[in-house]
Amino acid sequence: MGNNSDGKSPGPSRRDMLKLAGAASTLAGGLAPAEAAPAVKSTLRREALENLSAAEADTLEAFCARLIPTDANGPGAREARAAHYIDHALGGALASSRDSYRSGLMRLDQHARQSRGASFASLAPEAQDAVLTEIEKTEPEFFGLVQQHTIQGTFCDPYYGGNKDYVGWDLISYPGIRLSASPADQALAPHATPVRKSAYDFPMFGRGGAALADHTSAPVDHGQMPQGMGDMRHDQ
Amino acid sequence: MTNNLKKTDVVIVGMGAAGGVAALPLARAGLDVIGLEAGGWLAPADFAPDELRNNFRGWPQAVQKANREIPTHRRSAGAPYSPRPVVHPMMNAVGGTSVHYWAQSWRLNPWDFKVVSATTGRYGAARIPKGSTVEDWPFGLEELERFYDIVEHEVGVSGQAGNIMGKLDPRGNIFEGARAREYPMPPLRGTEFSAMMADAAKTIGLHAFPGPAAINSQFREGRSACMYHGWCDRGGCHVSAKSSTNVSTIPKALATKRLAIVTGAHVKRIEADEKGRVTGVSYSKDGQDYFQPAQAVLLAGYVYENVRLLLLSKSRMFAQGLSNNHGQVGRHYMSHNQAASVLALFPRNINNWYGLPAQGVGVDNWSDDNFDHAGLDFIGGVNLWVMSQRRPIAAASASTFGKAKGWGSDWKAFVMQNADRTHRAYMQKTTLPYEDNYLDLDPEVKDPLGDPVIRITADLKDNEKRVAMFAADKMVDWYKAAGAIAVEKTDVGTMGVTTHAYGGTRMGDNAQTNVVDRWGFSHEAPNLGVVGASVMGTSGSRNPTLTVQALAWRTAQHLAETWKGRTG
Repeated sequence: MGNNSDGKSPGPSRRDMLKLAGAASTLAGGLAPAEAAPAVKSTLRREALENLSAAEADTLEAFCARLIPTDANGPGAREARAAHYIDHALGGALASSRDSYRSGLMRLDQHARQSRGASFASLAPEAQDAVLTEIEKTEPEFFGLVQQHTIQGTFCDPYYGGNKDYVGWDLISYPGIRLSASPADQALAPHATPVRKSAYDFPMFGRGGAALADHTSAPVDHGQMPQGMGDMRHDQ
Repeated sequence: MTNNLKKTDVVIVGMGAAGGVAALPLARAGLDVIGLEAGGWLAPADFAPDELRNNFRGWPQAVQKANREIPTHRRSAGAPYSPRPVVHPMMNAVGGTSVHYWAQSWRLNPWDFKVVSATTGRYGAARIPKGSTVEDWPFGLEELERFYDIVEHEVGVSGQAGNIMGKLDPRGNIFEGARAREYPMPPLRGTEFSAMMADAAKTIGLHAFPGPAAINSQFREGRSACMYHGWCDRGGCHVSAKSSTNVSTIPKALATKRLAIVTGAHVKRIEADEKGRVTGVSYSKDGQDYFQPAQAVLLAGYVYENVRLLLLSKSRMFAQGLSNNHGQVGRHYMSHNQAASVLALFPRNINNWYGLPAQGVGVDNWSDDNFDHAGLDFIGGVNLWVMSQRRPIAAASASTFGKAKGWGSDWKAFVMQNADRTHRAYMQKTTLPYEDNYLDLDPEVKDPLGDPVIRITADLKDNEKRVAMFAADKMVDWYKAAGAIAVEKTDVGTMGVTTHAYGGTRMGDNAQTNVVDRWGFSHEAPNLGVVGASVMGTSGSRNPTLTVQALAWRTAQHLAETWKGRTG
């Protein structure tokens, strides 16, 4: 709460909210002000937000996009939909971090407004980087939390709503999930074609997979599947 | 209201790596065994290759009783609490943590059984670190060898022998103690990376070898060979190649019709009578309370739960907790320092994207007392292990070795180039027991049933810190010989909640300093046996599970062989 200089409510003021609402409606109409362009150009249509407010989501989206930027080296956290992953997970596996996000994102935005005179999301990338460099020092815990979750959202199994179109896996040339790796797959030579599948695209981990794994050897391409796995439930 | 169940011969508390093995010799001996397990059955369809779920979210949460009773930790009696992890590294399921363990299945080095006498004999008694409560085991490797042999075959272990009846074989670990015969299966396949590391070891005079793994390297006993796809780390095997007890010894025990497993059973107390004998086990399942009477009880939880259940089980004869009239329950606690490691950066991709922790090469030249400690200021050592394993989130979270900022375009460019060029060694180091490293019940933190959780009071001492520094230097040498262009040592750390905990119900002949006798039975309650790493008096510098399983088999077999005397 270090940057909350008025010492009152930790939430954004009504004026801030109105300003943000104005900005959002401008964006929705496709008339983005020039300085906001870097933050919004690939996400004109907003996804449903499950846990964050629209203002929080804009701040987070901009934050993630600076951690793993879209640049000359290709897509980054924005294209991977890391912020979308985080928003969704804050209602489930990351629920214990929800308050940290709310207060942390608010402090980040307040800091941007106080020191740079504009919302964090509307700052130019260089100014965002400068603000984040400051936040990294003053709020290492919050910064680390967002960084950790941005990496998760960029490189996780796409089932979780991040790593969209496998942009994270492509970024690091991950050859993909295989259910069996041959000696050639483990050679020092590079992989020819990456597999681009979620774990849950494989039949044995999809719907009905429990039954499938008991009775078929379909998911593996050598060796033999054990038989009778389904019979071993000798509960009292 | 408590439901009193029909009396059985033996109740085993926990159907994991230890209990799942102990059940087999008992059932084969014709004893009726009931296995109480807090978790449930899991099957291959549960073992999706999902890094986020397995490695970050403590899968599978729903069945993990352990996650609701995570121990607290402080470095010393006066120190503040360390941050409490949100996920317990161990899990509840039929098969226990052997479902998602790395399956490295080592025998201890002969030195580990006689640290006091061997150290005194070679360097003098002054070399036993001050404050250490270490004792020689009540027997040597020779005694445990045949039980190692049994479990290697019954569980299913792949490996390359390095010493058969004293004849050394350089393809294996030439520092291992003598074994009667080869492993039942050849070692897991090597990789080009592991071959590169083995070659590098040779150039600096080290002996690299493939390690033993409880994973099928070939089709055996109806189970598939390893698919090398990775995902062993916190994941079960999708083809049951991993010899987790739920697919190895437990099905064999069930086939005798002498073992019945109760899943979802939360054991609360072990009951004892006025003569100081245990009478059975109280547990709850689906909101109902049960009492399962038995002639003998084998406690087979993880180290923390074994100690906790004994301390919670107070009675007139055991006012300080079951088998604790000498105040030894919770003492002689140890855990491997797995934190202090070395990271390396190579100038080329090393293709570690597939493979598993047990697929690699080890170096034992700096382990145990395999080298002369005369000019050194510590005893013990390290097993250096390099493996083939990489997952995307972990790869993107690796160090930038000071070559790039931690985020932004610089970071992204670094990760794009180096995601498959980093490596982290796995280095297990000797830890000794000390007077002031112990487990007890936390005075404040409780589980959902209102019972206190375990409190760990432990920190690494000078000997352990010196081992860690020495080990890191040796690993740096190895990486540099293999062509690493940058290396980084990680912090020494402390002794928080871990997968490699030892002690708390130590085994030994002296009832004043040990909880169980040389057979694993309580010095105070003769029909109570304890299996698990809690009975181990030294940590060794390698994974504990095979030793745990050899001891479990030995204790169970002894119970069957001395049935009338133990239970009469």
